[in-house]
Amino acid sequence: MTTTDPYAGERPKLTAFYPRAKELNIRDAWQVWNGYKFAECYYDGEYEYFCVRNTCGTYDICPMQKYKIKGRDAEAMLNRMVTRDVKKIGLNRVAYCVWCTDEGRMIDDGTIFKIADDNFMLTCGSPCTAWLRKAAFGFDDVTVTDVTDDIAALALQGPTSCATLKKMGLDGIDTAKPFDIQFFPFHGETLMVSRTGFTGDLGYELWIPTKLAIQMWDELYTAGEDYGIQPFGETATNMTRLEAGFIMPAMEFNEALRTVNLNHDQTPFELSLGWLVDFDKPHFSGRAALLEEKKRGPKYTLTKLDIEGNKPAEESYIYNDKRCKGKEVGYVTSAMWSPAVKANIALAMIKTEHLDDDLWAEIYYAKELRQYSRVARCTRKTKPFWTPPRARATPPADY
Amino acid sequence: MKQYDSIIIGAGHNGLVCAAYLARDGQRVLVLEAAGAPGGLAANREFHPGFHASVAHSTSHFSKKIATDLNLAAHGLDKTANQMATIGLGANGEHVIVDRGALSGAGGDDNGAYQDYMRLMRRFADALKPSWMKTMPRIGGTGVSDLLTFAQMGLKIRGLGKKDMQEFMRIATLPMRDLMDENFDDELVKATLSWDGLIGAKMAPRSPNSAVLALLYRLAEDGNHSIPSGGVSGLINALAASATASGAEIRCDAIVDRVLINSNENGLVASGVQLADGEKIEASNVISAADPKTTFLNLVGVENLDIGFTNRVQRLRCDGYVAKLHLALNGLPGFTGLDKPDGRMIVAPAMDAIEFAFDHAKYGECPNNPVLEVVIPSMHGTSMAPDGQHVLSAHIMYVPYALKGGWTDAARDEMCDRAIDTIAQYAPGIREQIIQSEFLTPADLERDYRVTGGHWHHTEFATDQLLMMRPTYGAAQYNTPIPGLYLCSAGSHPGGDIVGAAGHNAAREVLR
Repeated sequence: MTTTDPYAGERPKLTAFYPRAKELNIRDAWQVWNGYKFAECYYDGEYEYFCVRNTCGTYDICPMQKYKIKGRDAEAMLNRMVTRDVKKIGLNRVAYCVWCTDEGRMIDDGTIFKIADDNFMLTCGSPCTAWLRKAAFGFDDVTVTDVTDDIAALALQGPTSCATLKKMGLDGIDTAKPFDIQFFPFHGETLMVSRTGFTGDLGYELWIPTKLAIQMWDELYTAGEDYGIQPFGETATNMTRLEAGFIMPAMEFNEALRTVNLNHDQTPFELSLGWLVDFDKPHFSGRAALLEEKKRGPKYTLTKLDIEGNKPAEESYIYNDKRCKGKEVGYVTSAMWSPAVKANIALAMIKTEHLDDDLWAEIYYAKELRQYSRVARCTRKTKPFWTPPRARATPPADY
Repeated sequence: MKQYDSIIIGAGHNGLVCAAYLARDGQRVLVLEAAGAPGGLAANREFHPGFHASVAHSTSHFSKKIATDLNLAAHGLDKTANQMATIGLGANGEHVIVDRGALSGAGGDDNGAYQDYMRLMRRFADALKPSWMKTMPRIGGTGVSDLLTFAQMGLKIRGLGKKDMQEFMRIATLPMRDLMDENFDDELVKATLSWDGLIGAKMAPRSPNSAVLALLYRLAEDGNHSIPSGGVSGLINALAASATASGAEIRCDAIVDRVLINSNENGLVASGVQLADGEKIEASNVISAADPKTTFLNLVGVENLDIGFTNRVQRLRCDGYVAKLHLALNGLPGFTGLDKPDGRMIVAPAMDAIEFAFDHAKYGECPNNPVLEVVIPSMHGTSMAPDGQHVLSAHIMYVPYALKGGWTDAARDEMCDRAIDTIAQYAPGIREQIIQSEFLTPADLERDYRVTGGHWHHTEFATDQLLMMRPTYGAAQYNTPIPGLYLCSAGSHPGGDIVGAAGHNAAREVLR
């Protein structure tokens, strides 16, 4: 007798790596991202964080949206959509990009892979099909295909990641510079490896046709056995990306197409991503609004803060007087005690006119059900909190 | 290379009005027309040797201010043009006549009810009239002129008094059917009076939207239809003569291929045009009298526009639903029950007849029983047809631009036959009088007149595409996201028909 699941369409989809991830997720700690079941952690978020920082870990990025953009006009179409100059992306290179509404509000960030002059891959955190269709309208020769389910993607991050890949047989992977792409034959198909990631450390992302996902996982885990390979989930990812100073949707920014209230979204300048906006390139969507924003100066500026003490300044208001009496001048978007830096770090949106003021965080925390608060001095940081030389070294050190 | 202040793309009446105003202000103006003669949809068309017609076959609310400003009388516009009565033809030879503010021939109390109805409509039309000649305020605009225009529009409506203002707000978006049902009893009267709210639009009597507003727009002047001697192209000739006399240059057979766009540190800026033969002509301003879709998607190119804006332009509803029939006749046709067919004759015996014709069209089919408007322009001037012979000109509704299966010669012939059959029901001997016929589907109009969808108004005259939304926000004040590029066509406020307001208003923005 067969039974049908009345909730089949409502249940989270399973990624290509789920059969292996399921075995390793001993805490059964799952979340949903873009409709896919994915791990918050496998065993313990902090433990996984230390694995990534000390050996290497894998992060299932199958739920990330992937689009193939092909055709003679693919470059022109992308160049009109994103704020960076796509013409300047080298062959087999990856570029971090953002794209904006006509009003210059950020829709999403993502990466563009240039695989050939007429063949690109765009990845991003949220589905972008509707915007891509609008962006492609009017270009004669461009096709946009959602390949999210066709390509399984796995991030391999941490100091022993390169050694693991070499052990797996990817000869020459140590020559890949940051943002390089390399291709390797893999059981009759092609394994694409990019030196990219979301941890600020040495790391790679592996892109394989879905049917070979498990095979790849197994070979990777066999190779990584002596290199401390361990899956990591969202908790560890969020820690590593904050140390690297990377922004996260729904933390640092709201996707502009999903906000209801005016100015509850952000511009690239507010997110300190002005370096991604190239006013010398051909026309792009939002240019006029962004130029105005640049001239006027952003209302807020995303700022890295080193905060005294050890209490994470989660959801804190920032003031420019120690008594916290006046109107707040900013708010914390992400905060943590950073084990790698040994510092109490945070990202905060500070009103640009108050950037140079003395900044104080009003921190609330709980201890055994009792609420406490403290005011802590904040120091602005201009460099990423965590930038190990190995993240950029080519070839990376061997293990 | 000669440098112009302004290049105007398209010598339709709006392009010519804009050119004339700019030239009068001292600008060096060049008008580029793709066709062999100016006029666009109002241009003279010799569809058979010796027989002439124009797609737009009458005028009703051409701006008197423009006619005066541009001194059109001195440039050959016949001020004594024959006014035509509007005649609703009944199926059995009966008819109703609307002429110079009076309705006659109707049953029951309708003749009297018409006076009350018109008194109110006239008040509303007069309250709206100043808006047609103004640049609409920007949505969210807080500039003095934006706020002032808003205030003036509000005051005009408020000036109706509380009762009439409430009534205006109630009926403004009412379906024609409701407006007619609550004022009249006679089906023929209802169909005839609703005609001017519907023609040219993808709307039928039961469609709530902008039909009442279209009617009020068409009542901006006195609402009477007329044909200038020499046809509607007589007005075009006067506009062209006025523009030329002020120093504007009109070049025909000049097809604009692209708007030339330069960039500087502030972004893009229009710098001229490139013709199909490769010639480049520079100018400080480029003003497009082509429809908004053609202008932005073909002449400018999406790569020069933002994505959201492009999407709004792409989504503009531009499918035409009016076809055109021209008949060369060897004599004056006789219409049952009429002494002389010298009016504007509406063949729509009941509101449901209009609705049913629309039902077919909205699903991409041709109507079995089209509804139509007929004039015989050759009765109002001498140059339209050889002596003793005549031209019949008819607007046929609703004929879809996007016919299911596509337009073929056979499909066109079949629809043409249906239209002639329909006319023959009212003018029984007409088939024997036909020397030649020409039937232009909206797809034909698109091809021959370079207007997207063959749409009368370049884009649908509907509440979401009106006023400060016409054609769409970001380009609704005649200027566009690209400095130096302006719009002046029917696709801009206030809209279509032969009015000239868009050309007039655009010129004012260019000179601002």
